[in-house]
This record gives sequence, structure tokens and C-alpha cells, in this order.
Amino acid sequence: MSAPVKATLSADQHERRLSRLVQLGFVASLALLWYLATNVWGMSPLLLPKPQNAFEELLDILRSGEFWPDLLLTLGELAGAFAISMTLGLAIGFMVSLSPVFVRIFEPLLAGVYAVPIILFLPLYVLFFGLGASSKIALGATISFFPIVLNTIAGFISVDKLYVTAAKSMGASPTVLLRHVLIPGALPIILSGLRMGFTVALLSIIGSETIASLSGLGHRIVNLAESLEIARMFAYIVFVIAIAATLNSMVSRLEASRSLDK
Amino acid sequence: MSASPALTNKQDVCVHIQNVSHSFGVEGQPKHVRALLDTTMDIHRGELLALIGPSGCGKSTLLNVIGGILNPTTGTASVNGKSVDGPMPHDIAYVFQENALFPWNTIIENIRLGMLFQGVPKADHEGRAREALQAVGLSEFADHYPAQLSGGMRQRAALARALSLDTPVVLMDEPFGALDEQTRMVLGEDLSALLSRTGKTIIFVTHSLGEAVFLADRIAVFTARPGRIKEVIPVEEPHPRKASFMTSDKFNGLRNRLFDLLHDEIRKTVSLTSGSSGGF
Repeated sequence: MSAPVKATLSADQHERRLSRLVQLGFVASLALLWYLATNVWGMSPLLLPKPQNAFEELLDILRSGEFWPDLLLTLGELAGAFAISMTLGLAIGFMVSLSPVFVRIFEPLLAGVYAVPIILFLPLYVLFFGLGASSKIALGATISFFPIVLNTIAGFISVDKLYVTAAKSMGASPTVLLRHVLIPGALPIILSGLRMGFTVALLSIIGSETIASLSGLGHRIVNLAESLEIARMFAYIVFVIAIAATLNSMVSRLEASRSLDK
Repeated sequence: MSASPALTNKQDVCVHIQNVSHSFGVEGQPKHVRALLDTTMDIHRGELLALIGPSGCGKSTLLNVIGGILNPTTGTASVNGKSVDGPMPHDIAYVFQENALFPWNTIIENIRLGMLFQGVPKADHEGRAREALQAVGLSEFADHYPAQLSGGMRQRAALARALSLDTPVVLMDEPFGALDEQTRMVLGEDLSALLSRTGKTIIFVTHSLGEAVFLADRIAVFTARPGRIKEVIPVEEPHPRKASFMTSDKFNGLRNRLFDLLHDEIRKTVSLTSGSSGGF
């Protein structure tokens, strides 16, 4: 009995290792291409710095710790925006899901607004909230609100009515029903909405920092570009990518651990 | 006026159905369906009643009316002398057609949740859950998730959840509907043995003639839609029933009688369906 289980496990592991290898190979060939373009094919360092120079700059940034104020500001904005959009998205999504009439009215409305590129309204946000953190928090909260609220609605209405009927037939009160049936049933879809919301909040905050801001990681990158410190700019880009990837994998891991319960 | 027959039957009538009719949709609309027509019946305490009939004849509708999941258009149902106007978790436990175990909980968590819903003191949960699992032979699978079990085991687990609620009445809507013939036979045998011990009143809906004869004390045969009870057939065979009952002449006689009763009704349903699809 244990032999076939073992065999499928190792086949699974084998496949996972292989796909990791392909992913690593992709990143490595990008780095190699970067190296060849700048060191061998003679691309101008004003357009693309040499990777080894960017790496030196990165080490300098990490050693000096000069990134801390920008990083903390951007992460603070992200936390603020996500806290707002999560609270409103979950609460409003739950309330809409309570009635099929509300769902019919609000779901298409929210889905329609979600399709609008809200980043276009950045100038308005800056007018209302200024160039500081508030406008980034407001914009990030607006943009990430939509995937969260839509997935919350979808999550709650996807819960099989049979589970609800079964729970009611056993005498479940509305609060008990919510806690033991509706929330666990809706959780996988809600969590994927939260992950999407988190990703777009990060994107829109860094994006708006590059357009209209006084500080933050996005602002720092644009600033370096304007002063033609291209190698240092690339170092910051790599830094931001690493931060974003770390945050993303943390959120994904959280999501996976919750939906593995099934 | 109707008080005196109710009083004389009070001791042994557990579920009483009085002139129950039910329609789905609004009258005059194309989607309006009369599912159940003027049904009256008494089900005795400790009895195992099978409801059998063509698809759409209102068997499940009647079960849902008794269970308080559905309010009938007219008529009333009462259980243990109380008239039904919503779920009665202390009187009735339900085993649903499909799998109504919560997939995000383990088997034992599912059983404990049922008791939590019903309001059983927490201290009793563990013991009663283990007992119910033991009764259906699933003790070793307490910590498995429903998806890790076979269809037959899931249905046993659903039965264990219903048993743990310790209600006098259990309603089952095609409990073995999704299972293969062999599994159904074994489960039917187990169920017969289990229920003869507990003395519960059971009403179950089935499509299987054999299952109805094998398990039931009485079989209510429904007409085609709109459904009414056409005939009630007593089986008169003590529980627990052995598999050998299935090959007896008595079993086959009853099964054939059921087949004859149902055959005409099923014909009607089939011609009704083809008639209405021609109309579209």
C-alpha cells in the first residue's frame, strides 16, 4: 500500500523540482542577457547599466541603510490602504451577499467600476489628499477595494445552499451559521480576493509614487532616473522587486495554508 | 370534530400529515408546478416508512414539509403532536440526498458541529460523536475529511451525524441514491440492524424498489405529478433483516407488486415530459 503512495510522492517532487529549475533558468538567462548586452554588445550605460555596477550599488544601499525611510513609508502606505480596503471590502461584500436583489444590483456595478483604470484619477486624489502618504493610501485603498469586495460577494454566494439548509435543519442560529458554515465555505474565494487586492494595492502605491510624490520607493526610483544615476536606479528596482516578491509569497503561502484545510 | 381520532391515535402516531398540497411558482405562470396534492397520512412511532414514486411526484417535497424546510401551500404536518412551522432540530434529524457534510471539517468535527447547532452541552459532544461513529463503523476515520472517504463512507458519516443528534425522527432523502448497487445493499443491511436497535421513526425517499421493500415497514407509492399517495403497502417482516430476505418469494412478490403499481405512473411521467418538450 505504501509503495505506490511513495512513488506518486516522489514523482510529484520530481515535477516540482523540474519546474523550479525551469523558473530559475528563466531568471538566470535574463541576467545573462543583461550581462551580455552591457558588457559584450556595448549597450550604453545610460540606457542599461552593467549588472555588476547595479549589484555594487545595491550592496551600498543595503549597507548604508538609506532605503529605510522610503521602505517604511511605502509599506506604511500599503498597510493603511490594505486595512481600509479589506475592512470595507469584507463588510460591504458580506452585506451585498445577503440578498439576491442586492447582488443583482451591486455586483455588475462594482464589476463595471473595477474595469475602469482608477489610476487615471490620480491627479484628483492628489488635489484632494495632497502629495503625501494620504493620496497613496486613498488611491491604493480604492483600487484594491474592488477585487476584495467582488470576491467576498462571490465567495458568500458560492456556498452551497445544501450546507445552509442542513445547518438550519440541525438548529443553527444565524451567528453560528455565519461562523461555521458561511465563512469557512466562502474563505477560499475571499482569500484569493485579498491576495489580488494586496497585489494591486502595492502596484498602485508604487506606481503613484513614481508619478506624484515627495518620497517613497517609487519616488526614489524616478528621482535617480532624473539625475541619471541609472545603476543605482536599477539597484532600487531590484530591491523593490525583491520586497514585492517576498510580500507576495507571504500572502500566497497564507492563502495556500488556509485552503489546504479542505 | 377532528379531536377524537387524533386523541385515539396519540400514542402511536408520530408524524401526522393532514391534507398537504404544495405548488412551486405562481399559479397561471408557465413555471407553476403542482408537486403534491392533498396528501393525508399517519406515520407510527418506530416505523420505517418508504416513499416511492416517479420523478417529480412530490416525495422529497413531502419530506421537506415534514422536516420544516418547506412550508406547504395548504395543509399541515405535525411531529410528536407539535405542528411543524420550521426546522425542529430536537425532534427531526435529516440525512440529505447529496452529501451535506461540510467539506472544510473532518468527519468528527462535522458530527460535533451538528450537536453544537442543536444545542447539546459541549461536554457531551466527544462521547456522543465517538458513539455515533462506532455505530456506523467509521471510528477509524474520525479525523479524515469527507473528500478522503468513499461515497458510501460519506453517507455513513452523514448518518452518524443524524444519529448523534438523538432525535426520535430521522428523515432521509435518497440516502443511498448516489451509491452503487452493492454498496447500497450492504448499507441497507447495516441500516436495518442499526434502526431496529434504536427504535426511531424513519421516513425515507427512494427510487429503488428493492431498497424500499428491504428496509421499510410500509411503503407509500405515489402517483405521477401532481403526486398523491396511490397505495400504502405493508411489508410485515421483522427487523433486523438479513440479506437472505432479498432472495425470498415474499420479497420478490412485494417488489413485483410495487413495480406494477409504479409502472403505469412512470409511463405517465414519461409521456408528460415528452408532451411538454414537444410544446416548447
